[in-house]
Amino acid sequence: MRLIKYVFLLAVVFAALKVPGVLFAKPLPVSMLQMFFFFSAVVILLAMTATDEGAAGLVQPVISLFIDPSYTISRAVVIIIIPLIAAWITFAAVCDEAAAPPIVRSLHPSPPSAFTAYGRTIEMAGLANPYRAIEKTDEAAFRGLVLEGGKLYFKNCFFCHGAKLDGAGHFSQGLTPLPLPFKGTDTIAQLQESYVFWRIVKGGPGLPHEATPWLSAMPAWEKMMTEDEVWKTTLFIYDYTDNRSRSWAR
Amino acid sequence: MFDKKPGALNKYGYTRKQNSRLPGATVLALVLLLLFPVFSAVAAPTHASETIQATQPSQAIAADQNAYAPAPQLTAEDYTKVRGVNPRLAVWFAAQMHLWFAAFVLAVPIFVLIIECAGVYTRDARYDALAREFMRVSLTAYSFTAITGALLLVALVVFYPDLMKYLSTIFGPTMLLYALFFFIESAALYVYYYGWQAMSEGVWKKVHLLIGLALNAAGTALMFIANAWVTFMMTPAGVDARGVFDGNVWHAVHNHLWHPMNLHRFIANIAYGGSIVGAYAAYMYLSSRTDEERSHYDWMGYTSSLIAVGALLPLPFAGYWLTAEIYSYSQQMGINLMGGVLAWLFIIQAVVIGALFLAANYYLWCGMQRGSRAAQYNGYIKYIAFVLGACFMVWFTPHTPLIKPTEAAALGGQFHPWLAPLGLMPAKNVAVNIMIIFTYLSFLIYRRSNRVPTVGWASTGKAVQAALVAAAVVNIIATGVYYGYFTNSVYKVASSVTQVASTLIVITGCSLIEYFMHRGAKETGEYGWGRMPARSQYALILIAVSFTWLMGLMGFVRSALRQQWHVYSVMRDASADAATPTVAYAARVVSVGTIVFMAIILFIFWVAQLGGKGSRHD
Repeated sequence: MRLIKYVFLLAVVFAALKVPGVLFAKPLPVSMLQMFFFFSAVVILLAMTATDEGAAGLVQPVISLFIDPSYTISRAVVIIIIPLIAAWITFAAVCDEAAAPPIVRSLHPSPPSAFTAYGRTIEMAGLANPYRAIEKTDEAAFRGLVLEGGKLYFKNCFFCHGAKLDGAGHFSQGLTPLPLPFKGTDTIAQLQESYVFWRIVKGGPGLPHEATPWLSAMPAWEKMMTEDEVWKTTLFIYDYTDNRSRSWAR
Repeated sequence: MFDKKPGALNKYGYTRKQNSRLPGATVLALVLLLLFPVFSAVAAPTHASETIQATQPSQAIAADQNAYAPAPQLTAEDYTKVRGVNPRLAVWFAAQMHLWFAAFVLAVPIFVLIIECAGVYTRDARYDALAREFMRVSLTAYSFTAITGALLLVALVVFYPDLMKYLSTIFGPTMLLYALFFFIESAALYVYYYGWQAMSEGVWKKVHLLIGLALNAAGTALMFIANAWVTFMMTPAGVDARGVFDGNVWHAVHNHLWHPMNLHRFIANIAYGGSIVGAYAAYMYLSSRTDEERSHYDWMGYTSSLIAVGALLPLPFAGYWLTAEIYSYSQQMGINLMGGVLAWLFIIQAVVIGALFLAANYYLWCGMQRGSRAAQYNGYIKYIAFVLGACFMVWFTPHTPLIKPTEAAALGGQFHPWLAPLGLMPAKNVAVNIMIIFTYLSFLIYRRSNRVPTVGWASTGKAVQAALVAAAVVNIIATGVYYGYFTNSVYKVASSVTQVASTLIVITGCSLIEYFMHRGAKETGEYGWGRMPARSQYALILIAVSFTWLMGLMGFVRSALRQQWHVYSVMRDASADAATPTVAYAARVVSVGTIVFMAIILFIFWVAQLGGKGSRHD
């Protein structure tokens, strides 16, 4: 009975993880589903075997299945079914897919301590948006800069990053990996503005060598936008998404 | 197994083993002293004219007798090559082995001293016997610590001579101090262990405790000195951009990461030492033949696991401080650590830490069955397990999952809309704080499994405890969600302080209430020491293995943060091995190291077991 309860709980967990809309709005990546399911199975197992009675209730039916003469048919069925399931899982895992395999990739490559752009060496430490200072002193002027940044964004960036800054621009489905969304609190809100400036200016070609390939289609905008324009664009993307850049505790 | 009479301890005597261990323990000190003159010749302040020759004339510093040379600019030819030996792997392996053993032998005397004090305070001879047995286990490990330390030193000197020369230039005086503290520690250790019986009564017992204190002070000082060298390589201080030392060794020692590293390693060592001794107790429990032995080693396992888990609880906070300091020192280093190339090792770390928490809780749940009232509390286990499981999954959820392009297309991006926020630190902070609180709840119900409070305010006390826990959980979730996701990120780090405070208030407050509530409590039956199922002992062994693996992985991450630098941004690594290895390679090296280390630990357990048998025959 206890063993059946365990198997039933596992089935419930698997269904909850697998069926979109039960626990998660969109389907889980296979890698996450496997991790969640495995550790759910472990936690349930631990909880159910904390007492001797619980452990015996779980293990005893398995032992009986293999040694009790009255379970001959059940034993035969299990002995046939388990290898078949294992074979099916193995076959599915090794079966060639047309799709590209997953890539271990970080979306936040580490910035260099300094980089060269606009004919000079720019130090990352202390690099800040020169227009931030007027945000509190002259709000009207600041709004004007944000508006300019918005125009620049829609002129240059929105084709990939989208009109809603959600990474779903017209060209996005043609790119792998997909362009980064700026909405939400887990992308640009986690980064310093200097970092965003560096990523725009140097783009994919300027990414560091460590842990390559980065596989970024982002152009190096230093060739197409001035330094001022890049700073204005960062003002816009933070403002539009209602995010603040990362800063250090004082 | 052990006699409650103080005189019963007389039968422990290990004169023969003392002789065999002394040479091993002095190896490192002798090597250090022999090598010191070699380095001190190089370490002496470089003459100004030499400095000028070594650097560009235009940059030559003033002709000062005390001026130091810049960090050497190395080429691949400056490294010693030995056919068939990979220098980085050799140093990595030796360093890892040394660190594991050192953590163990530094930690054990700390809680041995505490247990001995408890024995003096309670006049219960069991504590004294337990403390002494702990020391016996660590004594063999002490020899291995010295041997692996000597191996590490030799490997460093042979394969990275210029780095060692440069570090000696700066840290020469501290190296001498290190050797001195090593002698003090060795002397204190031997007097402490072998003088245990001779100093077991009256004023001599206090002298013995003082020697234990000196042993711990010397051991901790040793660790702090070594930490200064290691942290200097990550966050150099007291040198300029070219690596020219300003002459003040304190500046170099007192670098950006020194304090966070000292605290983190101090706490981690205690947890680690407790876990290894817990594994020893489990090993002995599983091989026990009598009820008396099982009872003793069950108690030993419980005590050591309590120490390990007790030290594990504050460890995430110390780690968080260390990480925050790394970020504040260098954005580049910080992103490499948790958002870049090394981030996947943190996912493995999260899984292993989660396994530690689960194993610790499982041991407590099994241990609860020793008490006669266990059935009353067994119903809570599934709820605690559910919360732990949910928090565990949040804890290891990566921000950027391993995802196929087809899956990314189905999701509409690289992130899962629900899981991506769980990949950020605010969610992890919520998860780990709640895991700690619920682990503590497991401990509370464990304590209540065999006694009933007799005070009249018991129900009020329990209600206050429940209110404390509920308030803390609400506060942790609310601050984590609000400050983590809906305000400027500057508040995100700061909000973790209130979360930690909530957790600590729960642990402290509930412990105080529990203590006063159970004073004079009625025991409901004989506590069943030795009634633990075998599977619970494997949980103890799992804790020790997990700790070992975790330390290895995170040690690699900390070291790899320097990337292509021997001394970050000051002295470049020009050797053939300067590249950051892949995560898989690092995991393989650490895993092999863990297996080798655990094999040696098994050998040490076996030797300690022989010693125990010898003492019983005596």
